[in-house]
Amino acid sequence: MYGKGLRPLSIATVVALAAAFSLVFFYAPLDADQGFIQKIFYLHVPLAIVALVGFVIGGVFAILHLRRGDGRWDAYSYVSIHMSVIFGVAVLITGAIWAKASWGHWWVWNEPTLVSFLIVFLMYATYYPFRYAIEDRDRQARYASVFAIAAGAFVPLNFMAVRMAQSLVHPRVFATTDGGLPGSMMLTFLACLAAVALLWVTLVKLELTAKSASGQLKRLRRALDAPPSGGSPRIAPEVS
Amino acid sequence: MTPSPIAFKAILAKDLRAELRSLQSLPAMALFAVTTFVIFRFGLDRTSLSGSLASGVLWATLLFAALLGINRLFVAEREEGGFDAIRLAPIDRSALFAAKATALLVYLLALELVVVPVFAIFFLDSAAALGPLVAVLALADLGLAATGTLISSMAVHSRARDLLGPLVLLPLVVPLMIAATGASEPLLAAGGPGYHRFGTWLAVLCLYDLVFLLVGYAVFDFLLED
Repeated sequence: MYGKGLRPLSIATVVALAAAFSLVFFYAPLDADQGFIQKIFYLHVPLAIVALVGFVIGGVFAILHLRRGDGRWDAYSYVSIHMSVIFGVAVLITGAIWAKASWGHWWVWNEPTLVSFLIVFLMYATYYPFRYAIEDRDRQARYASVFAIAAGAFVPLNFMAVRMAQSLVHPRVFATTDGGLPGSMMLTFLACLAAVALLWVTLVKLELTAKSASGQLKRLRRALDAPPSGGSPRIAPEVS
Repeated sequence: MTPSPIAFKAILAKDLRAELRSLQSLPAMALFAVTTFVIFRFGLDRTSLSGSLASGVLWATLLFAALLGINRLFVAEREEGGFDAIRLAPIDRSALFAAKATALLVYLLALELVVVPVFAIFFLDSAAALGPLVAVLALADLGLAATGTLISSMAVHSRARDLLGPLVLLPLVVPLMIAATGASEPLLAAGGPGYHRFGTWLAVLCLYDLVFLLVGYAVFDFLLED
């Protein structure tokens, strides 16, 4: 059921990624200051934006779960956060490579965006041990939603506090708002952002499909073992 | 339906009375903090501290001592069936959140009443910073009480509750600690207390407190459903 439309979505993602990367390598001009290494910007920044938005989306799904009491929303929230954590690993790795190439260090403590992202990542990394330490399934889903909401409120606070803790003299390497980027770079960046966002959506959908299929399989197995009973044919994806 | 203020007072009084009679949390927290100061004295090999080092030692110690109390906050409820009793009672569940957060706030203030003077005697040259430090301590305690109560009430239902509480709480209080250390650093500076960006940091602390008190109040109902 969740697999519906997965194939066209995947094709669209592949096409968008290929188009975005060809823009990166053949259209966008070389950065005058940093040269070729600046190209990682087109991967790193969209990944970071999509990961952060994904965390917020997970929080919104969590609110829907608590309000409506439907396990489906919890599965959405879980998969959103899960995918964003994976994207977060990629953000930290690409960020470290970029930092090494342009600042000479793998890690720079006085760059607020870097530090905030690390703290947010650590916060969401505790989602898994937290979730799976609670055995009762209903309670697990509810507590995970509460976690997702609290962490969602934490993200902007954290960015603010970390930014204020810096002396505010560190130059912003790339202003991502317009004005800092020339038109061709901005266009490439937006294409990359769209492609990475599509990738996120596809992967979320794929994982939901897999989870719903395994939930269905489990239910069929149980039905084989136990005498039949009239259950609803609609299967929620199971998080386990 | 019992009005919330009455339920709040009853739960808070019960908690404080139980702590006074059993003395399960507070002495351990205070002892832990004082021992940690001694370890810092040798770990850093300094006999007096100032500025960022002083505020770092003070806040790291207070945070870890607070974790001890936070871990134990709901243990009695869990083991003696207090949660079931609250669920059965005709009261607003938010009263439990408010009462528990207030109890934790009282513990933290009592802890600091003992531990901060000890810190000053051990490491500080003058006690001039302690006056304005009270405001920072109070605001940070409020934030810790809000997040601590929220996380502790969830962690207590998990398999590894002693592990999970600190694990989730530490990243969550990073902004609080940034603001608290940011405000205390100039206060504890070597040449007498300074007030560089003191108001801004207090505002951040207030914002953090407000956000997490609201989040706790909004979601606490869902934590008790069963």
